[in-house]
Amino acid sequence: MARVTFTDNLQQHVDCPPADAHGATVREVLERVFAGNPRLRGYILDDQGALRKHMNIYVDDDLLRDRSGLSDPVGPDAKIYVMQALSGG
Amino acid sequence: MSKKIWAATRKGVFEIVRGKGGWAIRKVHFPAQNCSMLLPDRRDGALYAALGHGHFGVKLHRSDNGGKSWTEITSPAYPKQPEGEDAEWKTYFGTAIRWNLELVWELAAGGADEPGVLWCGTLPGGLFRSKDRGKTWELNMPMWNSPRRKKWMGGGMDLPGIHSVCVNPNDSKHVTVGISCAGVWITKDGGKSWDNDGKGMRGDYVPPEQAYLMQGQDPHRIAQCPADPNVLWVQHHNGIFRSTDGGANWTELKGVKPSVFGFAVVVHPKDPKTAWFVPAEKDERRVPVKGQVVVTRTRDGGKTFKTLRKGLPQKHAYDICFRHCLDVDETGDRLVFGSTTGSLWVSENQGDRWKTLAEHLPPIYCVRFG
Repeated sequence: MARVTFTDNLQQHVDCPPADAHGATVREVLERVFAGNPRLRGYILDDQGALRKHMNIYVDDDLLRDRSGLSDPVGPDAKIYVMQALSGG
Repeated sequence: MSKKIWAATRKGVFEIVRGKGGWAIRKVHFPAQNCSMLLPDRRDGALYAALGHGHFGVKLHRSDNGGKSWTEITSPAYPKQPEGEDAEWKTYFGTAIRWNLELVWELAAGGADEPGVLWCGTLPGGLFRSKDRGKTWELNMPMWNSPRRKKWMGGGMDLPGIHSVCVNPNDSKHVTVGISCAGVWITKDGGKSWDNDGKGMRGDYVPPEQAYLMQGQDPHRIAQCPADPNVLWVQHHNGIFRSTDGGANWTELKGVKPSVFGFAVVVHPKDPKTAWFVPAEKDERRVPVKGQVVVTRTRDGGKTFKTLRKGLPQKHAYDICFRHCLDVDETGDRLVFGSTTGSLWVSENQGDRWKTLAEHLPPIYCVRFG
C-alpha cells in the first residue's frame, strides 16, 4: 500500500492527513484517496484531471513524469509526496 | 444608503462598515488569500467570494450569515476537452486554450424571479450558470461552441475572459455579456442563442477594415441602468460608448477630459443619463493623467462630463482603478472605488467630495456595496 503525504500548505484549505491506498499508478492511488476526500481532488488536479500547473508529485525519489495521465508506476510500499512547486506563488 | 463595503484584494477580503465614527475596517476575511471577485446577492443576503490560489486553483466560497462563517461551494469546472480540440482553438499568438478554469472574473446574480441563479464569467472565456446557489455549474455551450470563439483574443491577459454579466431586471432571460476581447454578447432566451453584432463600437488596435466589427471589441466593463435596462454604458479599451437600445447600436463619446481610457464604469441606478468613470492616461501609459486621481461624471447622457477631484490625491498618485473596483449603491448617492496600489475612497454625494478609507491595502480587484 502506498502512503500519500500532502504539503502542509494545503492543510489550511482542506483537511488532508497522510493517506494509505492501493494502486498500480499514481492515478489509481490518488483516485482512491479522493474517493474518501472528494474536495481534495480539485486542489491537486485541474478540470481535465491533470496535475495542476504549479503542483509537483514525487514517487519515492522521482518527480512525476506523466502530469496529465498520472500513469507513473507505484510500488507496493511507495511514498508519494504531493508538493507545491516554487512557481505559481 | 449602503453602510457596508466589501473589498476583494490580492491578500484578503476587507469588510468595511460605516459606524458612528465613520467608515472603518471591521474584519479581514481570507487573510493573505487572493480574491478575484465578490458578489453580495441582494436577493437572499448571501455573499460569494472567488479565491484564486496560485497552486491549488480557483475556489468559491459562500457566506449565509454576512461573513461570520464561510462554506466552500463548487467551483465552475470545464467539461472534458475533446481530443485534439486544443490544436484548433488557440489564442491568436498560438497558445493552446485548455479547458481549465483560470480565473473567476465576474459573478452576477440572476433575476429576482430566479432565486439561486448565478452567472459566472471566467478566463479562458467560459460563461457558467448555476441554478442552485453554486452547488452545481453549467458551461454555456452555445457561446463556447460558437465558431466566433476562434477569433477571441486576450485583453490585458493572454487568455480571453468574461468580465461583465448584466441581467435585465425586467427580463431574466435577457443577459448582456462583456468579453475581452470579443465585444458584447446578448441573449434574450436565457443563453440558448447569442447576438454579437452590435453596431458602432470601434477598436483602434485592429486594421481599419475591422475597426467596427463587434467580435474584436475590447469593452473593459459594461454597466446597465436598472431603471432603464436599454441604456448600457461601456468603458472600452480606446473610448467610452453608450447604447440606448440594449446594445444594438453604440455611440462613441469623444473628447472626454482628461481621458477616455480607463477600466471601470457605473451608472446611476435610477438615472440612465448619469454615469461615472475613473480615467487613466491611455493604453500605453496606464497612470492617472498628471499623477492626479480623478473621477469623471456625466449627468446628461454623455454630452458633458465633470471632473471630480475633491478629496482625491492630486500629486504623484499612480493609482489605477480596475474594472470591478468602482461601485455605486442602490440610492445612486454613495460611491466607492479602490486602486491597484491599495487606496480606497468613498463619496456620499455622487462624487462631489471623496474621503480616503484606506491607503495601504493590497492591490484591489473588486469593491461592492453590500
